[in-house]
Amino acid sequence: MRKFDTKVQHLKYKVLREVARCAWNDTLLEKVSDIPEMIAPGPGPTMRCCVYKERAILSKRIKLAMGGDKENSDIINVISIACDECPMGGYEVTNACRGCLAHRCEDVCKRGAITFDNHQKAHIDKAKCIECGACAKVCPYSAITHNQRPCQSACKVKAISMDENKAAAIDHSKCISCGACVYQCPFGAIMDKSFILDVINLIKESENNTKNKMYAVVAPSISSQFTYAKLGQVITGIKKLGFHTVIEAALGADMVAAAESKELSEKGFLTSSCCPAFVDFIKKSFPEMLPLVSHNLSPMATIAKYIKEIDSNAKIVFIGPCTAKKGESQLDEVKPYIDSVLTFEELQALFDSRDIDITTLDEDVLDNASYFGRIFARSGGLSDAVAQGLKEQNLDFDLKAVSCDGIEQCRVALLKKKKNILDANFIEGMACIGGCIGGAGCLTHGVKDKNEVDKYGKEALEKTITDAISIL
Amino acid sequence: MKITVCIGSSCHLKGSRQVVEQLQFLIAENNLKDEVTLGGTFCMGKCADGVCVTVDDKFCSVSPDTVDDFFKKEVLSKF
Repeated sequence: MRKFDTKVQHLKYKVLREVARCAWNDTLLEKVSDIPEMIAPGPGPTMRCCVYKERAILSKRIKLAMGGDKENSDIINVISIACDECPMGGYEVTNACRGCLAHRCEDVCKRGAITFDNHQKAHIDKAKCIECGACAKVCPYSAITHNQRPCQSACKVKAISMDENKAAAIDHSKCISCGACVYQCPFGAIMDKSFILDVINLIKESENNTKNKMYAVVAPSISSQFTYAKLGQVITGIKKLGFHTVIEAALGADMVAAAESKELSEKGFLTSSCCPAFVDFIKKSFPEMLPLVSHNLSPMATIAKYIKEIDSNAKIVFIGPCTAKKGESQLDEVKPYIDSVLTFEELQALFDSRDIDITTLDEDVLDNASYFGRIFARSGGLSDAVAQGLKEQNLDFDLKAVSCDGIEQCRVALLKKKKNILDANFIEGMACIGGCIGGAGCLTHGVKDKNEVDKYGKEALEKTITDAISIL
Repeated sequence: MKITVCIGSSCHLKGSRQVVEQLQFLIAENNLKDEVTLGGTFCMGKCADGVCVTVDDKFCSVSPDTVDDFFKKEVLSKF
């Protein structure tokens, strides 16, 4: 049974699991300094140059697993000593260059950056090169490679650079907390802060849901996760952790779809507000376009607000694929409704910290939302839901939606809108490729068939948005 | 009087939407809108007895087929 894609994820998971285990037993204070040795017992190293460096890095991971630096609200953090300071030479000619006659690389280079030595081997003049990549494309031997740090190539908002010691550094005035770098760094040197301790405390303080009631709001992308078990078993597992009940965030998505389609028909143009990384991107890179963002809270915050209105003792934890949701939960307009946020990775660690093997559990049910609320999990789903919302409410509006799959497409659409050349009246912005199913907090990032989400959507009892929210 | 209907997953699958809709209809039909408030909740912890409904603090197990009887017995009789 393979729960994660990479050993980096597995390592992070082990840290989270051990921290959680101690927290449940109230032994964190006395045991916390033993955890590095527990995970890297030595005597020899298994990951780094020596076991002491491994343990030093583990201590940093433990700190982030325990919530990290409380002084700042940055969700994504670099563990500097874990950064391998990988080379980032940009375009470089390798030994595969055969010194041919054609010199296609030279011809294609508009900057004259390519020269040849006595052996006719190509060289790139870094002072002239603008990293366009044209030479690499035309070389018949693929002799020109692009050396870019995985974190930097993952970060499409260009928030990652090098600090004075060549370790990765995040510019938090640009970072949108999407977590792409967290998943892509092969050394696990970038990690999202975890709030598992807050969640464990909330569960303990609820005293078996007698003092407060613990509500888990689960993202619809769960349909592509925990594939080694059945969804119903995951629900039972969440309740076994100490949650009173589990509710679909997709019901909040139904509520948003109804409200957003109405708002769109009144205003004539909108961008979506569901993806916190996309909204943060607008705040940080296109602030002048903020008035065009839908005024609706996200599906997570919308359903949480509803729950808190009917149960004043509710404590609400969102569980999803998203690191940016952790940042969203700290916004003034969301804070009153969301008490904490977990990723699917962290949920797995919590299960195992309690030795809950979900494959052995009975199946519970999860069914609150409609097909349309559920398909918010994949790119294009939100636009489909808004179209349906317009139709169901008989709103006379000719929807022209552009579904942006990933933050680069978001940037293109926003730039076009800024220049008034966008042929659309609704921008669906999803920072992760594929939509939420591509989120950084997923257990597995395999090829996700969006049909899986649609299949899960079709299993919903309610077929229309109106029916799903009529119960509220 | 406050009637609370469970709209959690289990009760939803057993027809809580139909129960809510029928109760809304019956309350309106009997002109009890000012006397009866209808609300929802997520899970009363008695999923096996769903659709779970409480009338003030009294627990009742209702289904879409028994809403009318339930309404007569537990609601109308109190007025």
